Amino acid sequence: MGEKTKAMTMVEKILAKATGQAAVSAGDVLEPKIDLAMSHENGALVLNQFLEIYKGTGLDANVWDPSKIAIIFDHRVPAESAKTATNQKKLRDFVNKQGIVKFHDIRGDEGGICHQILPENGYVRPGAVVVGTDSHTTSHGALGAFAFGIGATEMASVWALGIALNIEVPGTIKVVVNGKFAPHVLPKDLILYLIGQLSAEGANFKVIEFHGETIRNMPTSGRLTICNMSVEAGATSGIVPPDAETLRYLKETAHVTEAVPTFGPDADAVYERTIEIDAAALDPQIACPHTVDNVKPVQEVAGKAIHQIVIGSCTNGRLDDIEIAAKVLQGKRVARGVRMLVFPASSRIYQEAMKLGYLSTLMEAGVVVMNSGCGPCLGIHQGALADGDVALATTNRNFKGRMGNPAAEVYLCSPAVAAASAVTGVITDPRKGG
Amino acid sequence: MGKVVLLLGDDISTDIIYPGRFMATVLPSETPQFAFADSVEFNKQLKAGEIPPGSVIVAGKNFGCGSSREQAASCLKGPDLVVVARHFARIFLQNSINLGMRTVICPDIEAEQGDELEIGADKVTNKTSGKSYAIVALPKSRQAIIDAGGLIPYTRQRILQEKK
Ligand code: SF4
Repeated sequence: MGEKTKAMTMVEKILAKATGQAAVSAGDVLEPKIDLAMSHENGALVLNQFLEIYKGTGLDANVWDPSKIAIIFDHRVPAESAKTATNQKKLRDFVNKQGIVKFHDIRGDEGGICHQILPENGYVRPGAVVVGTDSHTTSHGALGAFAFGIGATEMASVWALGIALNIEVPGTIKVVVNGKFAPHVLPKDLILYLIGQLSAEGANFKVIEFHGETIRNMPTSGRLTICNMSVEAGATSGIVPPDAETLRYLKETAHVTEAVPTFGPDADAVYERTIEIDAAALDPQIACPHTVDNVKPVQEVAGKAIHQIVIGSCTNGRLDDIEIAAKVLQGKRVARGVRMLVFPASSRIYQEAMKLGYLSTLMEAGVVVMNSGCGPCLGIHQGALADGDVALATTNRNFKGRMGNPAAEVYLCSPAVAAASAVTGVITDPRKGG
Repeated sequence: MGKVVLLLGDDISTDIIYPGRFMATVLPSETPQFAFADSVEFNKQLKAGEIPPGSVIVAGKNFGCGSSREQAASCLKGPDLVVVARHFARIFLQNSINLGMRTVICPDIEAEQGDELEIGADKVTNKTSGKSYAIVALPKSRQAIIDAGGLIPYTRQRILQEKK
Protein backbone atom coordinates (compact mmCIF):
# COMPACT_ATOMS: atom_id res chain seq x y z
CA MET A 1 0.00 0.00 0.00
CA GLY A 2 1.05 3.55 -0.45
CA GLU A 3 3.46 3.47 -3.41
CA LYS A 4 2.34 6.17 -5.80
CA THR A 5 2.50 4.05 -8.90
CA LYS A 6 -0.06 1.49 -7.82
CA ALA A 7 -2.78 0.96 -10.42
CA MET A 8 -6.27 1.39 -8.98
CA THR A 9 -9.85 0.44 -9.77
CA MET A 10 -12.63 3.05 -9.65
CA VAL A 11 -13.49 2.33 -6.05
CA GLU A 12 -9.84 2.28 -4.96
CA LYS A 13 -9.32 5.69 -6.56
CA ILE A 14 -12.40 7.13 -4.88
CA LEU A 15 -11.48 5.75 -1.46
CA ALA A 16 -7.87 6.93 -1.79
CA LYS A 17 -9.16 10.45 -2.39
CA ALA A 18 -11.72 10.20 0.44
CA THR A 19 -8.99 9.23 2.90
CA GLY A 20 -6.28 11.56 1.58
CA GLN A 21 -3.93 8.76 0.53
CA ALA A 22 -1.92 8.29 -2.63
CA ALA A 23 -3.17 4.74 -3.08
CA VAL A 24 -5.29 2.08 -1.42
CA SER A 25 -5.81 -1.60 -2.18
CA ALA A 26 -8.68 -4.04 -1.86
CA GLY A 27 -8.73 -5.32 1.72
CA ASP A 28 -7.41 -2.11 3.32
CA VAL A 29 -9.51 -0.92 6.25
CA LEU A 30 -10.34 2.77 5.97
CA GLU A 31 -12.52 5.52 7.37
CA PRO A 32 -13.58 7.48 4.27
CA LYS A 33 -15.15 10.92 4.49
CA ILE A 34 -18.77 10.89 3.37
CA ASP A 35 -19.96 13.33 0.69
CA LEU A 36 -23.64 12.48 0.86
CA ALA A 37 -25.68 10.56 3.44
CA MET A 38 -29.24 9.71 2.39
CA SER A 39 -32.16 8.33 4.35
CA HIS A 40 -35.87 7.97 3.67
CA GLU A 41 -38.61 7.29 6.21
CA ASN A 42 -36.24 4.92 7.99
CA GLY A 43 -34.46 8.07 9.05
CA ALA A 44 -36.84 7.78 12.02
CA LEU A 45 -34.75 4.84 13.23
CA VAL A 46 -31.51 6.65 12.36
CA LEU A 47 -32.70 9.55 14.49
CA ASN A 48 -33.47 7.24 17.41
CA GLN A 49 -30.00 5.64 17.20
CA PHE A 50 -28.35 9.04 16.71
CA LEU A 51 -29.87 10.37 19.95
CA GLU A 52 -28.83 7.11 21.63
CA ILE A 53 -25.18 7.75 20.71
CA TYR A 54 -25.23 11.10 22.51
CA LYS A 55 -26.96 9.80 25.63
CA GLY A 56 -24.92 10.46 28.74
CA THR A 57 -22.20 12.34 26.86
CA GLY A 58 -23.37 15.80 27.91
CA LEU A 59 -22.96 16.87 24.28
CA ASP A 60 -25.65 18.28 22.00
CA ALA A 61 -26.76 15.85 19.30
CA ASN A 62 -25.96 17.81 16.13
CA VAL A 63 -25.17 16.29 12.73
CA TRP A 64 -21.63 16.72 11.41
CA ASP A 65 -22.68 18.67 8.30
CA PRO A 66 -26.34 19.37 7.46
CA SER A 67 -25.46 20.20 3.85
CA LYS A 68 -24.35 16.61 3.23
CA ILE A 69 -27.44 14.89 4.55
CA ALA A 70 -30.44 14.13 2.34
CA ILE A 71 -33.85 13.05 3.63
CA ILE A 72 -36.39 11.90 1.03
CA PHE A 73 -39.87 10.68 1.92
CA ASP A 74 -40.81 7.99 -0.56
CA HIS A 75 -41.55 4.60 0.97
CA ARG A 76 -45.03 5.34 2.22
CA VAL A 77 -46.26 8.56 0.64
CA PRO A 78 -48.72 10.04 1.35
CA ALA A 79 -48.57 8.31 4.72
CA GLU A 80 -50.65 5.13 4.94
CA SER A 81 -50.93 5.16 8.72
CA ALA A 82 -50.76 7.43 11.74
CA LYS A 83 -47.53 5.71 12.74
CA THR A 84 -45.81 6.53 9.45
CA ALA A 85 -47.15 10.08 9.52
CA THR A 86 -45.73 10.53 13.02
CA ASN A 87 -42.32 9.16 11.96
CA GLN A 88 -42.35 11.58 9.03
CA LYS A 89 -43.27 14.44 11.35
CA LYS A 90 -40.39 13.65 13.73
CA LEU A 91 -37.99 13.74 10.81
CA ARG A 92 -39.49 16.94 9.45
CA ASP A 93 -38.93 18.61 12.82
CA PHE A 94 -35.36 17.30 12.95
CA VAL A 95 -34.65 18.51 9.40
CA ASN A 96 -35.84 21.99 10.36
CA LYS A 97 -33.88 22.07 13.60
CA GLN A 98 -30.63 20.88 11.99
CA GLY A 99 -30.97 23.00 8.83
CA ILE A 100 -30.92 20.06 6.42
CA VAL A 101 -31.73 21.47 2.98
CA LYS A 102 -31.61 18.35 0.80
CA PHE A 103 -35.05 17.46 2.12
CA HIS A 104 -37.83 16.24 -0.17
CA ASP A 105 -41.17 16.13 1.53
CA ILE A 106 -44.43 14.76 0.14
CA ARG A 107 -44.92 17.22 -2.72
CA GLY A 108 -46.05 17.20 -6.34
CA ASP A 109 -43.25 19.51 -7.46
CA GLU A 110 -40.10 17.98 -6.00
CA GLY A 111 -41.00 14.70 -4.35
CA GLY A 112 -40.22 11.19 -5.51
CA ILE A 113 -38.12 8.09 -4.95
CA CYS A 114 -34.80 8.77 -3.24
CA HIS A 115 -32.72 7.08 -5.95
CA GLN A 116 -34.27 9.32 -8.59
CA ILE A 117 -34.30 12.51 -6.49
CA LEU A 118 -30.57 12.33 -5.71
CA PRO A 119 -29.33 12.16 -9.32
CA GLU A 120 -31.91 14.46 -10.89
CA ASN A 121 -31.14 17.24 -8.40
CA GLY A 122 -27.39 16.99 -8.88
CA TYR A 123 -26.71 15.76 -5.35
CA VAL A 124 -24.48 12.96 -6.63
CA ARG A 125 -21.17 13.74 -8.31
CA PRO A 126 -18.50 11.56 -9.90
CA GLY A 127 -15.91 10.47 -7.36
CA ALA A 128 -18.17 11.06 -4.34
CA VAL A 129 -18.65 8.62 -1.48
CA VAL A 130 -22.40 8.20 -0.99
CA VAL A 131 -24.09 6.15 1.71
CA GLY A 132 -27.80 5.55 2.09
CA THR A 133 -30.00 3.60 4.46
CA ASP A 134 -31.37 1.76 1.48
CA SER A 135 -29.85 -1.20 -0.29
CA HIS A 136 -30.44 0.29 -3.74
CA THR A 137 -28.10 3.18 -2.95
CA THR A 138 -25.90 1.27 -5.43
CA SER A 139 -27.88 3.20 -8.10
CA HIS A 140 -25.67 6.25 -7.76
CA GLY A 141 -22.66 4.45 -9.14
CA ALA A 142 -24.33 5.34 -12.45
CA LEU A 143 -22.76 8.80 -12.05
CA GLY A 144 -19.32 7.49 -11.09
CA ALA A 145 -19.76 7.70 -7.31
CA PHE A 146 -18.96 4.94 -4.83
CA ALA A 147 -22.43 4.49 -3.37
CA PHE A 148 -23.53 1.76 -1.00
CA GLY A 149 -26.31 0.82 1.37
CA ILE A 150 -25.87 0.80 5.13
CA GLY A 151 -28.12 0.18 8.13
CA ALA A 152 -29.70 2.78 10.36
CA THR A 153 -27.20 2.51 13.22
CA GLU A 154 -24.31 2.90 10.81
CA MET A 155 -26.02 5.99 9.40
CA ALA A 156 -26.43 7.41 12.90
CA SER A 157 -22.67 7.06 13.27
CA VAL A 158 -22.16 8.86 9.95
CA TRP A 159 -24.46 11.68 11.05
CA ALA A 160 -22.27 12.07 14.15
CA LEU A 161 -18.79 11.68 12.66
CA GLY A 162 -19.06 12.33 8.89
CA ILE A 163 -17.04 9.23 8.14
CA ALA A 164 -17.92 5.61 7.51
CA LEU A 165 -16.18 3.61 10.20
CA ASN A 166 -13.96 0.67 9.39
CA ILE A 167 -14.80 0.13 5.74
CA GLU A 168 -12.89 -2.60 3.97
CA VAL A 169 -11.96 -1.64 0.41
CA PRO A 170 -13.94 -4.10 -1.73
CA GLY A 171 -12.49 -6.10 -4.56
CA THR A 172 -13.91 -5.37 -8.02
CA ILE A 173 -15.50 -7.50 -10.71
CA LYS A 174 -15.10 -5.97 -14.17
CA VAL A 175 -18.05 -6.42 -16.52
CA VAL A 176 -17.39 -5.55 -20.15
CA VAL A 177 -20.42 -5.24 -22.39
CA ASN A 178 -20.08 -4.80 -26.14
CA GLY A 179 -22.53 -4.92 -29.02
CA LYS A 180 -25.84 -3.26 -29.76
CA PHE A 181 -29.05 -4.38 -28.08
CA ALA A 182 -31.57 -5.98 -30.44
CA PRO A 183 -34.94 -4.18 -30.71
CA HIS A 184 -37.01 -4.52 -27.49
CA VAL A 185 -33.92 -5.47 -25.45
CA LEU A 186 -33.10 -2.95 -22.72
CA PRO A 187 -30.56 -2.27 -19.94
CA LYS A 188 -32.92 -4.12 -17.55
CA ASP A 189 -32.41 -7.27 -19.59
CA LEU A 190 -28.65 -6.86 -19.35
CA ILE A 191 -28.65 -6.59 -15.57
CA LEU A 192 -31.14 -9.44 -15.12
CA TYR A 193 -28.93 -11.61 -17.33
CA LEU A 194 -25.82 -10.66 -15.33
CA ILE A 195 -27.51 -11.42 -12.00
CA GLY A 196 -28.54 -14.80 -13.39
CA GLN A 197 -24.91 -15.46 -14.32
CA LEU A 198 -23.43 -14.24 -11.03
CA SER A 199 -26.18 -15.60 -8.70
CA ALA A 200 -27.76 -13.70 -5.83
CA GLU A 201 -24.55 -13.69 -3.82
CA GLY A 202 -21.99 -13.91 -6.61
CA ALA A 203 -20.80 -10.36 -6.02
CA ASN A 204 -21.26 -10.25 -2.23
CA PHE A 205 -18.78 -7.73 -0.73
CA LYS A 206 -17.59 -6.79 -4.26
CA VAL A 207 -18.03 -3.83 -6.57
CA ILE A 208 -19.17 -4.33 -10.16
CA GLU A 209 -17.44 -1.93 -12.55
CA PHE A 210 -19.17 -1.59 -15.93
CA HIS A 211 -17.22 -1.10 -19.16
CA GLY A 212 -17.59 -1.51 -22.90
CA GLU A 213 -19.24 0.25 -25.83
CA THR A 214 -22.76 -0.78 -24.78
CA ILE A 215 -22.28 1.03 -21.46
CA ARG A 216 -20.67 4.06 -23.15
CA ASN A 217 -23.71 4.32 -25.47
CA MET A 218 -26.20 3.82 -22.64
CA PRO A 219 -28.01 6.89 -21.29
CA THR A 220 -27.76 7.63 -17.57
CA SER A 221 -31.29 6.30 -17.09
CA GLY A 222 -30.11 2.84 -18.19
CA ARG A 223 -26.95 3.11 -16.10
CA LEU A 224 -29.12 3.85 -13.08
CA THR A 225 -31.07 0.66 -13.81
CA ILE A 226 -27.99 -1.56 -13.98
CA CYS A 227 -26.26 -0.03 -10.95
CA ASN A 228 -29.54 -0.12 -9.01
CA MET A 229 -29.81 -3.87 -9.42
CA SER A 230 -26.14 -4.67 -8.84
CA VAL A 231 -27.07 -5.26 -5.22
CA GLU A 232 -29.26 -8.15 -6.33
CA ALA A 233 -26.05 -10.03 -7.10
CA GLY A 234 -24.95 -9.07 -3.59
CA ALA A 235 -22.64 -6.28 -4.77
CA THR A 236 -21.63 -3.50 -2.39
CA SER A 237 -22.02 -1.20 -5.37
CA GLY A 238 -22.14 -0.94 -9.13
CA ILE A 239 -20.16 1.79 -10.83
CA VAL A 240 -19.83 3.28 -14.32
CA PRO A 241 -16.73 5.39 -15.01
CA PRO A 242 -18.03 8.92 -15.64
CA ASP A 243 -17.85 10.12 -19.24
CA ALA A 244 -19.39 12.57 -21.71
CA GLU A 245 -22.87 11.14 -21.06
CA THR A 246 -22.41 11.69 -17.31
CA LEU A 247 -21.51 15.32 -17.96
CA ARG A 248 -24.49 15.71 -20.29
CA TYR A 249 -26.85 14.31 -17.66
CA LEU A 250 -25.43 16.48 -14.89
CA LYS A 251 -25.72 19.60 -17.04
CA GLU A 252 -29.02 19.03 -18.84
CA THR A 253 -31.05 17.07 -16.30
CA ALA A 254 -29.46 17.88 -12.96
CA HIS A 255 -28.66 21.50 -13.92
CA VAL A 256 -25.18 21.31 -12.39
CA THR A 257 -23.28 24.37 -13.54
CA GLU A 258 -19.82 23.94 -12.04
CA ALA A 259 -17.06 21.89 -13.65
CA VAL A 260 -17.20 18.19 -12.91
CA PRO A 261 -14.17 15.93 -13.27
CA THR A 262 -14.34 12.65 -15.15
CA PHE A 263 -11.92 9.83 -14.47
CA GLY A 264 -11.56 6.12 -14.99
CA PRO A 265 -9.72 3.23 -13.45
CA ASP A 266 -6.06 2.72 -14.29
CA ALA A 267 -5.55 0.55 -17.35
CA ASP A 268 -3.66 -2.08 -15.34
CA ALA A 269 -5.94 -2.02 -12.26
CA VAL A 270 -6.34 -5.41 -10.61
CA TYR A 271 -9.76 -7.07 -10.89
CA GLU A 272 -10.95 -10.21 -9.18
CA ARG A 273 -12.45 -11.42 -12.42
CA THR A 274 -13.66 -10.09 -15.76
CA ILE A 275 -16.98 -11.03 -17.34
CA GLU A 276 -17.67 -10.26 -20.99
CA ILE A 277 -21.18 -9.98 -22.35
CA ASP A 278 -22.34 -9.65 -25.95
CA ALA A 279 -25.34 -7.33 -25.76
CA ALA A 280 -26.39 -8.19 -29.31
CA ALA A 281 -27.01 -11.81 -28.32
CA LEU A 282 -29.34 -11.00 -25.40
CA ASP A 283 -33.00 -11.97 -25.36
CA PRO A 284 -35.46 -10.06 -23.19
CA GLN A 285 -35.06 -11.60 -19.72
CA ILE A 286 -37.38 -12.38 -16.87
CA ALA A 287 -36.62 -13.15 -13.21
CA CYS A 288 -39.00 -15.82 -11.96
CA PRO A 289 -40.23 -16.26 -8.38
CA HIS A 290 -38.87 -16.12 -5.70
CA THR A 291 -35.27 -15.03 -6.26
CA VAL A 292 -33.85 -12.36 -8.55
CA ASP A 293 -31.22 -14.75 -9.91
CA ASN A 294 -33.86 -17.18 -11.20
CA VAL A 295 -33.52 -15.60 -14.64
CA LYS A 296 -34.73 -16.99 -17.97
CA PRO A 297 -35.19 -15.67 -21.50
CA VAL A 298 -38.77 -14.38 -21.67
CA GLN A 299 -39.85 -16.90 -24.32
CA GLU A 300 -39.46 -19.69 -21.77
CA VAL A 301 -42.28 -18.34 -19.60
CA ALA A 302 -44.39 -16.70 -22.31
CA GLY A 303 -48.10 -17.46 -21.97
CA LYS A 304 -48.22 -17.38 -18.17
CA ALA A 305 -51.38 -15.57 -17.01
CA ILE A 306 -50.86 -12.43 -14.88
CA HIS A 307 -53.10 -10.42 -12.60
CA GLN A 308 -51.14 -7.25 -11.90
CA ILE A 309 -48.57 -5.31 -13.91
CA VAL A 310 -46.43 -2.69 -12.28
CA ILE A 311 -44.24 -0.19 -14.12
CA GLY A 312 -42.28 2.10 -11.85
CA SER A 313 -39.75 2.15 -9.00
CA CYS A 314 -36.18 3.34 -8.76
CA THR A 315 -35.26 0.65 -11.28
CA ASN A 316 -37.61 1.46 -14.17
CA GLY A 317 -39.88 4.38 -13.37
CA ARG A 318 -38.14 6.97 -15.50
CA LEU A 319 -39.44 8.90 -18.49
CA ASP A 320 -38.03 6.50 -21.09
CA ASP A 321 -39.67 3.56 -19.30
CA ILE A 322 -43.05 5.28 -19.24
CA GLU A 323 -42.62 6.28 -22.87
CA ILE A 324 -42.16 2.63 -23.87
CA ALA A 325 -45.39 1.70 -22.09
CA ALA A 326 -47.31 4.61 -23.62
CA LYS A 327 -46.15 3.76 -27.15
CA VAL A 328 -47.19 0.12 -26.79
CA LEU A 329 -50.55 0.94 -25.21
CA GLN A 330 -51.42 3.81 -27.56
CA GLY A 331 -54.91 3.05 -28.89
CA LYS A 332 -55.01 -0.31 -27.10
CA ARG A 333 -56.50 -1.55 -23.84
CA VAL A 334 -55.05 -3.31 -20.85
CA ALA A 335 -56.43 -6.87 -20.98
CA ARG A 336 -59.52 -7.45 -18.81
CA GLY A 337 -58.63 -9.17 -15.57
CA VAL A 338 -55.27 -7.38 -15.37
CA ARG A 339 -54.72 -4.41 -13.08
CA MET A 340 -51.95 -2.20 -14.40
CA LEU A 341 -50.24 0.33 -12.12
CA VAL A 342 -47.73 2.93 -13.28
CA PHE A 343 -45.89 5.06 -10.77
CA PRO A 344 -43.33 7.56 -12.09
CA ALA A 345 -40.10 7.67 -10.06
CA SER A 346 -40.34 11.38 -9.30
CA SER A 347 -42.78 14.26 -9.49
CA ARG A 348 -40.63 15.81 -12.17
CA ILE A 349 -40.89 12.68 -14.32
CA TYR A 350 -44.63 12.58 -13.59
CA GLN A 351 -45.01 16.13 -14.90
CA GLU A 352 -42.87 15.46 -17.97
CA ALA A 353 -44.88 12.33 -18.78
CA MET A 354 -48.06 14.35 -18.32
CA LYS A 355 -46.91 17.14 -20.66
CA LEU A 356 -45.92 14.60 -23.32
CA GLY A 357 -49.38 13.02 -23.12
CA TYR A 358 -48.05 9.64 -21.94
CA LEU A 359 -50.15 9.57 -18.80
CA SER A 360 -53.44 10.21 -20.59
CA THR A 361 -52.53 7.55 -23.18
CA LEU A 362 -51.92 5.10 -20.35
CA MET A 363 -55.11 6.04 -18.50
CA GLU A 364 -57.18 5.71 -21.67
CA ALA A 365 -55.77 2.20 -21.96
CA GLY A 366 -56.95 1.41 -18.44
CA VAL A 367 -53.76 2.03 -16.44
CA VAL A 368 -53.97 3.39 -12.90
CA VAL A 369 -51.37 6.15 -12.66
CA MET A 370 -50.18 6.51 -9.08
CA ASN A 371 -48.27 9.24 -7.35
CA SER A 372 -44.48 9.17 -7.30
CA GLY A 373 -42.99 7.09 -4.52
CA CYS A 374 -42.19 3.48 -3.79
CA GLY A 375 -45.84 2.51 -4.01
CA PRO A 376 -46.42 -1.17 -4.74
CA CYS A 377 -42.70 -2.01 -5.07
CA LEU A 378 -42.38 -3.17 -1.48
CA GLY A 379 -45.96 -4.06 -0.68
CA ILE A 380 -46.38 -1.81 2.31
CA HIS A 381 -48.73 0.73 1.03
CA GLN A 382 -50.63 0.17 -2.21
CA GLY A 383 -51.10 -2.47 -4.85
CA ALA A 384 -50.89 -5.49 -2.56
CA LEU A 385 -51.46 -8.86 -4.23
CA ALA A 386 -54.16 -11.43 -3.51
CA ASP A 387 -53.38 -15.03 -2.57
CA GLY A 388 -52.38 -16.85 -5.76
CA ASP A 389 -51.93 -13.63 -7.77
CA VAL A 390 -49.15 -13.40 -10.34
CA ALA A 391 -47.52 -9.99 -10.78
CA LEU A 392 -45.21 -8.80 -13.54
CA ALA A 393 -43.14 -5.82 -12.45
CA THR A 394 -40.31 -3.60 -13.63
CA THR A 395 -39.17 -3.32 -10.00
CA ASN A 396 -36.07 -5.00 -8.61
CA ARG A 397 -37.14 -7.70 -6.13
CA ASN A 398 -39.38 -10.74 -6.36
CA PHE A 399 -38.77 -12.23 -2.92
CA LYS A 400 -41.56 -14.10 -1.25
CA GLY A 401 -43.82 -11.51 0.35
CA ARG A 402 -42.22 -8.61 -1.49
CA MET A 403 -45.48 -7.20 -2.84
CA GLY A 404 -47.22 -7.66 0.46
CA ASN A 405 -48.28 -11.29 0.15
CA PRO A 406 -46.11 -14.39 0.54
CA ALA A 407 -48.84 -16.41 -1.19
CA ALA A 408 -48.39 -14.47 -4.46
CA GLU A 409 -45.73 -14.59 -7.19
CA VAL A 410 -43.70 -11.73 -8.66
CA TYR A 411 -41.87 -11.84 -12.00
CA LEU A 412 -39.38 -9.08 -12.88
CA CYS A 413 -38.91 -7.71 -16.38
CA SER A 414 -38.22 -4.67 -18.54
CA PRO A 415 -40.89 -2.08 -19.37
CA ALA A 416 -41.05 -3.52 -22.91
CA VAL A 417 -42.04 -6.96 -21.61
CA ALA A 418 -44.45 -5.44 -19.09
CA ALA A 419 -46.17 -3.30 -21.72
CA ALA A 420 -46.47 -6.11 -24.29
CA SER A 421 -47.94 -8.35 -21.58
CA ALA A 422 -50.46 -5.70 -20.55
CA VAL A 423 -52.17 -5.99 -23.89
CA THR A 424 -52.39 -9.79 -23.89
CA GLY A 425 -52.84 -10.49 -20.18
CA VAL A 426 -50.16 -13.17 -20.31
CA ILE A 427 -46.37 -12.91 -20.17
CA THR A 428 -45.48 -11.85 -23.69
CA ASP A 429 -42.26 -11.61 -25.65
CA PRO A 430 -42.20 -7.98 -26.88
CA ARG A 431 -40.54 -9.12 -30.12
CA LYS A 432 -43.75 -10.99 -30.92
CA GLY A 433 -45.80 -7.86 -30.36
CA GLY A 434 -48.40 -7.16 -27.71
CA MET B 1 -25.36 -24.24 24.23
CA GLY B 2 -28.43 -23.46 22.18
CA LYS B 3 -31.14 -25.45 20.53
CA VAL B 4 -31.89 -25.09 16.81
CA VAL B 5 -35.34 -23.52 16.78
CA LEU B 6 -35.53 -22.60 13.09
CA LEU B 7 -33.88 -24.30 10.15
CA LEU B 8 -33.74 -22.30 6.93
CA GLY B 9 -32.37 -22.63 3.39
CA ASP B 10 -30.36 -20.25 1.18
CA ASP B 11 -31.20 -16.64 0.27
CA ILE B 12 -33.47 -15.84 3.22
CA SER B 13 -34.34 -12.21 2.51
CA THR B 14 -35.11 -9.46 4.98
CA ASP B 15 -38.66 -9.56 3.57
CA ILE B 16 -38.97 -13.01 5.18
CA ILE B 17 -37.18 -12.07 8.42
CA TYR B 18 -39.10 -8.83 8.88
CA PRO B 19 -41.87 -8.27 6.31
CA GLY B 20 -42.01 -4.82 4.74
CA ARG B 21 -45.52 -4.15 5.97
CA PHE B 22 -44.16 -3.72 9.52
CA MET B 23 -41.49 -1.25 8.55
CA ALA B 24 -43.25 1.67 10.20
CA THR B 25 -42.27 0.02 13.47
CA VAL B 26 -38.65 1.00 13.92
CA LEU B 27 -37.71 0.92 17.61
CA PRO B 28 -35.54 -2.10 18.47
CA SER B 29 -37.68 -2.63 21.56
CA GLU B 30 -40.80 -3.07 19.39
CA THR B 31 -39.53 -5.09 16.41
CA PRO B 32 -39.28 -8.64 17.88
CA GLN B 33 -43.06 -9.14 17.73
CA PHE B 34 -42.82 -9.14 13.91
CA ALA B 35 -39.78 -11.44 13.55
CA PHE B 36 -40.58 -14.01 10.84
CA ALA B 37 -44.17 -12.79 10.95
CA ASP B 38 -45.16 -14.93 7.97
CA SER B 39 -43.67 -18.07 9.55
CA VAL B 40 -46.75 -18.09 11.73
CA GLU B 41 -45.87 -20.97 14.07
CA PHE B 42 -42.39 -19.69 14.91
CA ASN B 43 -43.63 -16.14 15.37
CA LYS B 44 -46.33 -17.37 17.74
CA GLN B 45 -43.83 -19.29 19.88
CA LEU B 46 -41.49 -16.30 19.97
CA LYS B 47 -44.26 -13.96 21.08
CA ALA B 48 -45.43 -16.44 23.71
CA GLY B 49 -41.92 -16.44 25.19
CA GLU B 50 -41.50 -20.14 24.42
CA ILE B 51 -38.12 -19.70 22.74
CA PRO B 52 -35.33 -19.34 25.30
CA PRO B 53 -32.58 -16.73 24.86
CA GLY B 54 -29.52 -18.15 23.10
CA SER B 55 -31.61 -20.34 20.80
CA VAL B 56 -30.17 -20.80 17.34
CA ILE B 57 -31.41 -20.14 13.82
CA VAL B 58 -29.47 -22.18 11.26
CA ALA B 59 -29.49 -20.92 7.68
CA GLY B 60 -27.80 -21.47 4.33
CA LYS B 61 -26.01 -18.98 2.11
CA ASN B 62 -26.78 -15.27 1.72
CA PHE B 63 -28.85 -14.92 4.89
CA GLY B 64 -30.39 -11.45 5.18
CA CYS B 65 -30.18 -10.52 1.51
CA GLY B 66 -32.29 -7.71 0.15
CA SER B 67 -33.39 -4.57 1.92
CA SER B 68 -31.09 -2.78 4.36
CA ARG B 69 -33.86 -2.63 6.99
CA GLU B 70 -32.19 -2.91 10.37
CA GLN B 71 -35.38 -4.26 11.90
CA ALA B 72 -34.35 -7.63 10.42
CA ALA B 73 -31.40 -7.68 12.81
CA SER B 74 -32.96 -5.94 15.81
CA CYS B 75 -35.98 -8.28 15.80
CA LEU B 76 -33.60 -11.23 16.36
CA LYS B 77 -31.28 -9.39 18.74
CA GLY B 78 -34.15 -8.53 21.10
CA PRO B 79 -35.01 -12.16 21.97
CA ASP B 80 -31.25 -12.93 21.96
CA LEU B 81 -31.35 -15.37 19.06
CA VAL B 82 -28.06 -16.48 17.48
CA VAL B 83 -27.87 -16.89 13.71
CA VAL B 84 -25.47 -19.52 12.38
CA ALA B 85 -25.41 -19.29 8.58
CA ARG B 86 -23.27 -20.63 5.77
CA HIS B 87 -22.84 -17.00 4.72
CA PHE B 88 -24.50 -13.62 5.21
CA ALA B 89 -25.40 -10.77 2.89
CA ARG B 90 -23.18 -7.76 3.53
CA ILE B 91 -25.64 -5.23 4.94
CA PHE B 92 -27.32 -7.71 7.28
CA LEU B 93 -23.96 -8.84 8.62
CA GLN B 94 -22.89 -5.25 9.28
CA ASN B 95 -26.23 -4.41 10.89
CA SER B 96 -26.04 -7.37 13.23
CA ILE B 97 -22.48 -6.52 14.27
CA ASN B 98 -23.42 -2.87 14.72
CA LEU B 99 -26.23 -3.91 17.06
CA GLY B 100 -23.93 -6.19 19.04
CA MET B 101 -25.82 -9.30 17.96
CA ARG B 102 -24.25 -12.75 17.70
CA THR B 103 -23.84 -13.88 14.10
CA VAL B 104 -21.72 -16.88 13.21
CA ILE B 105 -20.37 -17.61 9.72
CA CYS B 106 -20.10 -21.38 9.42
CA PRO B 107 -19.84 -22.44 5.74
CA ASP B 108 -20.28 -26.18 6.31
CA ILE B 109 -22.84 -26.22 9.12
CA GLU B 110 -25.20 -29.21 9.17
CA ALA B 111 -27.99 -29.37 11.71
CA GLU B 112 -31.56 -30.47 12.15
CA GLN B 113 -34.40 -28.79 13.96
CA GLY B 114 -33.99 -29.46 17.69
CA ASP B 115 -30.25 -30.21 17.58
CA GLU B 116 -28.15 -28.75 20.38
CA LEU B 117 -25.27 -26.57 19.16
CA GLU B 118 -22.27 -25.42 21.13
CA ILE B 119 -20.77 -22.28 19.64
CA GLY B 120 -17.10 -21.88 20.45
CA ALA B 121 -14.53 -19.30 19.38
CA ASP B 122 -13.54 -21.08 16.18
CA LYS B 123 -15.97 -23.94 15.75
CA VAL B 124 -19.60 -24.92 16.11
CA THR B 125 -20.17 -28.36 17.62
CA ASN B 126 -23.42 -30.10 16.92
CA LYS B 127 -23.84 -32.02 20.19
CA THR B 128 -26.66 -34.08 18.72
CA SER B 129 -24.72 -35.38 15.71
CA GLY B 130 -21.30 -35.13 17.37
CA LYS B 131 -19.78 -33.24 14.41
CA SER B 132 -17.87 -29.94 14.48
CA TYR B 133 -17.72 -27.22 11.85
CA ALA B 134 -15.17 -24.41 11.47
CA ILE B 135 -16.22 -20.79 11.97
CA VAL B 136 -15.00 -18.10 9.57
CA ALA B 137 -13.88 -15.00 11.47
CA LEU B 138 -16.04 -11.88 11.12
CA PRO B 139 -14.52 -9.15 8.92
CA LYS B 140 -11.40 -7.84 10.65
CA SER B 141 -12.49 -4.31 9.83
CA ARG B 142 -15.36 -4.74 12.29
CA GLN B 143 -13.35 -6.07 15.23
CA ALA B 144 -13.13 -2.76 17.08
CA ILE B 145 -16.93 -2.42 16.85
CA ILE B 146 -17.46 -5.96 18.10
CA ASP B 147 -15.06 -5.32 20.99
CA ALA B 148 -16.94 -2.17 21.97
CA GLY B 149 -20.22 -4.12 22.09
CA GLY B 150 -21.70 -2.46 19.03
CA LEU B 151 -21.54 0.67 16.93
CA ILE B 152 -23.44 2.95 19.31
CA PRO B 153 -20.94 2.59 22.20
CA TYR B 154 -18.08 2.62 19.69
CA THR B 155 -19.20 5.89 18.08
CA ARG B 156 -19.87 7.37 21.51
CA GLN B 157 -16.26 6.61 22.51
CA ARG B 158 -15.02 8.23 19.30
CA ILE B 159 -17.03 11.39 19.87
CA LEU B 160 -15.80 11.72 23.43
CA GLN B 161 -12.18 11.17 22.29
CA GLU B 162 -12.51 13.84 19.62
CA LYS B 163 -13.85 16.36 22.14
CA LYS B 164 -10.85 15.87 24.43
S1 SF4 C 1 -38.87 1.92 -5.38
FE1 SF4 C 1 -38.71 -0.07 -4.34
S2 SF4 C 1 -36.57 -0.65 -4.48
FE2 SF4 C 1 -36.71 1.52 -5.00
S3 SF4 C 1 -36.30 2.59 -3.06
FE3 SF4 C 1 -38.50 2.33 -3.23
S4 SF4 C 1 -38.96 0.42 -2.17
FE4 SF4 C 1 -36.76 0.45 -2.57
